[in-house]
Amino acid sequence: MTKSKVTRRGMFAGSAALMAGAFATPVRGAPPEAQKITGELIAAAKKEGKATWYTSVDLPVAEKIAKAFEAKYPGVTMRVERSGAERIFQRIGQEYASKIYNCDVVNSSDAAHLIVWKREKLLAAWLPEDVAQHFPAAHKDPDGMYASWRVTLAPIAYNTKLVKKEDAPKSYADLIDPKWASKIVKAHPGYSGTIMTATQQLSRDLGWKWFEALAKQKIMQVQSAADPPKKLALGERSVMADGTEYVVTELKARGEPIEPVYATEGTPLITGPSAIMARAANPNAARLFYAWSMTAEAQQLSVDVGAMRSAHPLVKERPDRPRLADIKTLREDATAVADQADDLKTRYTRIFKV
Amino acid sequence: MRGTLDLSRPVLFATVALLTVLILLPMGWLLVSSLLDKQGELTFGNFVTLFTDSSFLEPLETTLIISVSVAAICCAVAAPMGWLVARTDMPMRRTVRTLMMATLVTPPFVGAIAWEMLAAPNSGLLNQLWRLLTGAGADQSLFDIYTLPSLIFVIACYTLPYVFILVANSLDRMPGELEDASSMLGGSAWQTARRITVPLALPVLLAGALVAFLQALNLFGSPAILAIPAGFHTLTTKIWSLFQFPPKAELAAAASLPLLLLTILLLRAQSMVLGRRSYAVLGGKYGEPRLVRLGVLRMPALLLCLFVLAMPFFLPYLALFNSAFSRVASRIVSAETITLHNFRFTFVELSSTLPALWNTFLLATLTATIGALLALVIAYIVARKAMVGHRVLAFLATAPLAIPGIVLGVGLFIAYTRPPLQLYGTLWILLIAFVTIELPAAYQQLGSAFHAVHPELEEAGRMLGASRLRTLADITAPLLRTAVAATWCFVFVAVLRELSAAVILFTSETKVLSVLIFDLKESGDVGAIAVLSLVMIAITTVVVALANWLGGGGGRGLVRS
Repeated sequence: MTKSKVTRRGMFAGSAALMAGAFATPVRGAPPEAQKITGELIAAAKKEGKATWYTSVDLPVAEKIAKAFEAKYPGVTMRVERSGAERIFQRIGQEYASKIYNCDVVNSSDAAHLIVWKREKLLAAWLPEDVAQHFPAAHKDPDGMYASWRVTLAPIAYNTKLVKKEDAPKSYADLIDPKWASKIVKAHPGYSGTIMTATQQLSRDLGWKWFEALAKQKIMQVQSAADPPKKLALGERSVMADGTEYVVTELKARGEPIEPVYATEGTPLITGPSAIMARAANPNAARLFYAWSMTAEAQQLSVDVGAMRSAHPLVKERPDRPRLADIKTLREDATAVADQADDLKTRYTRIFKV
Repeated sequence: MRGTLDLSRPVLFATVALLTVLILLPMGWLLVSSLLDKQGELTFGNFVTLFTDSSFLEPLETTLIISVSVAAICCAVAAPMGWLVARTDMPMRRTVRTLMMATLVTPPFVGAIAWEMLAAPNSGLLNQLWRLLTGAGADQSLFDIYTLPSLIFVIACYTLPYVFILVANSLDRMPGELEDASSMLGGSAWQTARRITVPLALPVLLAGALVAFLQALNLFGSPAILAIPAGFHTLTTKIWSLFQFPPKAELAAAASLPLLLLTILLLRAQSMVLGRRSYAVLGGKYGEPRLVRLGVLRMPALLLCLFVLAMPFFLPYLALFNSAFSRVASRIVSAETITLHNFRFTFVELSSTLPALWNTFLLATLTATIGALLALVIAYIVARKAMVGHRVLAFLATAPLAIPGIVLGVGLFIAYTRPPLQLYGTLWILLIAFVTIELPAAYQQLGSAFHAVHPELEEAGRMLGASRLRTLADITAPLLRTAVAATWCFVFVAVLRELSAAVILFTSETKVLSVLIFDLKESGDVGAIAVLSLVMIAITTVVVALANWLGGGGGRGLVRS
């Protein structure tokens, strides 16, 4: 039934060797011109009046960002469609196969998706001024098709009421200690792009043996990377093996008993690029939202309200957690994720049974 | 004699054609796809995978364990409870019966979420209470909801009412003479119960077991919520997981067929059992059954019933209300911590709440209207033998009972994502799914209502020259007004809670309430889930009350979800 569908593995066979660095895709021609938010763009966006944003960012955060945009540009209503990045990837594929073009702006926590969409010519080239002027090369597509709207980490964390600081795990190796049996919660790479990306990095650096050992710990398997921190806050589990950092930060700032651990082996680094769909039904509203979301102002909001990290150099880090530069991170390799995604999911499902 | 323009024949034929397309198109595609590989070549590979790969065999085995256990538990609990309510002088009999009916209002997946709040091993409210009372350590727990036995328990909670109603209603109707004879011949109350009542009730109990088995077999929501965190699949969740990227619709089609076959077989078995139900109670007029005096056991019996009712009713609602007004669901709300944050988030911030409510309302209204009309026409044709082949029509209208929601979802997805009818992404595909799913219940309700209307009034109309359609509209339909209205309400409610087909067929623009709740569950937004569940249950309660007020009764329209 999905004859026409291109598998990610097929797309990347043979091309992997060309890739270097997370975002390197062959440059098609001269980079597009940088675009300002002009009066005409705003007027055109208001005429369309709405835009649909597919994102995998935690729902309360996504809605806050959308509301901030609506407040800044009254007359453009945002519709947030939130699901796990892997679900969104599947959803867009399924919708496009049926010629349904609901999505205007997309944001994924699996950078590999953007590479695939670009190759399938699903994305529009449009380079906001902020991205052109400020974003480092590693965080933007040379053809101006996408840029890192957010950067996140997938740390370990624990509930400080249930685990004493000195007993808390320090590393991934600590997590497979039998004393953590039945106490760990973990999200799923078949749903979450953050976890898909983290799984690729951890299986590369620690080997699948580590996952096999972890599977013996009777973990609680949830779907979204936003859920493990919430399960810690509920007190349902003591430790999360993975999950998204911004929800941990946010819950901690709200006074919940939760503390992140940046593992000694390094913490998975996840960039979450955004893009405008080439077939967007509301192209101007899409451009306006996309351009605004990359401004220093909006990026600062993502950090202050959403507790995410930013690729924008003008954005100030939060005082309540270590700076990104000071954390040992694992190397992100979106091309490898794109290449191995099906295999990663299959292996994961075999080990964890779901 | 006839009017100049008689549309009866065309309408009747259109109904048959519509039904055939509704049911045969998705099922046909399901069968065809299960025999194809990714390239569209003929293969048995999907079935080989299905019956050799342990990732399919284990869910199949788990599903059978769940279904058998749920059937056994439901019968073991529903039989004595039904007997207490129908045949004894237990106090508050009517209240117990009403409350049991009220549990039908809770969608099973909402029940599962509520039970997660209650009995998650560490954060569950019941476990916290137990620790508080016994002083047990922080990592000890009384219940663990993320286990197979707990899943069976939760499914049984929300299957029990169906079996209970079946048993209680049949005990109501069972004649008292045989029991009287037994006691006149010197049998004690217990002897009479054992020797007369139980054997008489056995066929209906067997039918109840089959209903429970089928419910458990085809349920998607509860296992998706409780089994996946625990690290196992049932057949329905496995089928659903095949729609992750890269989607394997062919394999899903193949995996759907065992569910379909098993359901058809069991429905055959059920109709055989129910067909024999009246074998022992022939003849004459029967007296009101005599109530068994429980004596000192009256209060204990009532307490037992209330204890059972706490499982699907009192406890889950406490948990839902607690989470709706609490910032963190695992803490009991107090005067200081009570918050409307979740309500504000759900109705003000969450941009998909209102569209989902609107879609749900629209679909429920349309499905109820179309479903009730279609069922009315079919019931008329069948009851009055109005055309050749009315038996086929009756079969077609009942056939969707044999199609589990998730299987229908897969079939419709395959059938309507290709030309000529590319309906995926529209509300139409959901409308088709819902009408198909709800038709059997609507048809059965109206079918039995037709038996109460004598055909002589219609014959009078026909003799005076009215067409069949006109008699139906002017004479029969008004006579059946209350039955039609009740059917409408029950279909409306059943659509509100439908998850298993919708979860396969929705897109971002066609999201419904049940899917929204399921989505929120995956990202752990417990507060919003509690709010939306309560909204859903409130709407359902109002509509069911309306239906009862209109003179319908029973919970038949709710049988599937």
